[in-house]
Amino acid sequence: MVGIVLVSHSAQLAAEVAALAAQIAGSAAPIVAAGGTDDGGLGTSPDKVKDAVEKVDRGEGVVLIPDLGSSVLVARMLERPGAVVLADVPFVEGAIAAAVTAAAGSPLEDVLAAAAEARTMRKI
Amino acid sequence: MDTAFFVAWIEEIAHVIADQRDHLTKLDAAIGDADHGANLDRGFSAAREALASADPPPATPGDVLTLTGTTLIRKVGGASGPLYGSAFRQMGKTLGDAPEVTPAALAMALEAGLAVVQRLGAAEEGDKTMVDALAPAIRTLTAALEDTPADGSYGPVLEDAARAAAEGAHATIPLLARKGRASYLGPRSIGHEDPGAASTALILAALSTTAAATAAK
Repeated sequence: MVGIVLVSHSAQLAAEVAALAAQIAGSAAPIVAAGGTDDGGLGTSPDKVKDAVEKVDRGEGVVLIPDLGSSVLVARMLERPGAVVLADVPFVEGAIAAAVTAAAGSPLEDVLAAAAEARTMRKI
Repeated sequence: MDTAFFVAWIEEIAHVIADQRDHLTKLDAAIGDADHGANLDRGFSAAREALASADPPPATPGDVLTLTGTTLIRKVGGASGPLYGSAFRQMGKTLGDAPEVTPAALAMALEAGLAVVQRLGAAEEGDKTMVDALAPAIRTLTAALEDTPADGSYGPVLEDAARAAAEGAHATIPLLARKGRASYLGPRSIGHEDPGAASTALILAALSTTAAATAAK
């Protein structure tokens, strides 16, 4: 199963979006939050993101979903082509689309495509 | 330029950044989130301490820059952590295990550092970022290499590079920001010097200062 890491400046934001996505996708989805700095402030911790990637990596690929700014840069820094991939998608909608697709057992490219679709999906 | 030179460079950066911390924060308060001075001060202070306490101590210039980069990535917290950290790490990797670095090798390492910054941040020159200070400094350095005196003294060359970086940073004032938080401000980002370009200019000024201090010994 494809793993998902939510990278945010805020620990709470990442944790809550992860909880929401897991609730919608079902508990099978390997989705982990990596938010905030090491000392609990607002920012991005490369160590937290690295640990999260290890935690969700089942050998079928990991999708990194960052919010913005340093989260994007940290995610880009940790990318490994074909294995750990950044999804340039809306944080909430992208996380949910990725989690649902990953929980269904889809391969990495399908999870990325589903997340990318969230960018243009209308709400009404 | 040997291992001691590069340790002295990082120490000088830490000194200059601490000294200019409030100035960088003021620049960042205008178009960013007012943390650039504090973030870089924390990062380079940590790098200086990491170099001083490393056991075994860094054996080559490449070791010095790699350890500096790794420390910046872990300690800075903001966007400049991955950018400067990856740049220093890439410079270290490019220098390999050479015990002495020529100005030409340094120029190549800086070029490799710039390439990583541009890959991560997807920034071009003119986007009002650190690239606007780093790219002209490297161009000046590379062009000046052809005129390096036969005695190998590199002080004037690095002085020219530092000046080009400062001019590049200054030239970001009229630019419209296209990357980072400042880009949300659109036209309101015009009229302010980019903090990342300003800190890059300080880092290259520290390189020139280190060369002058080494030559004076």
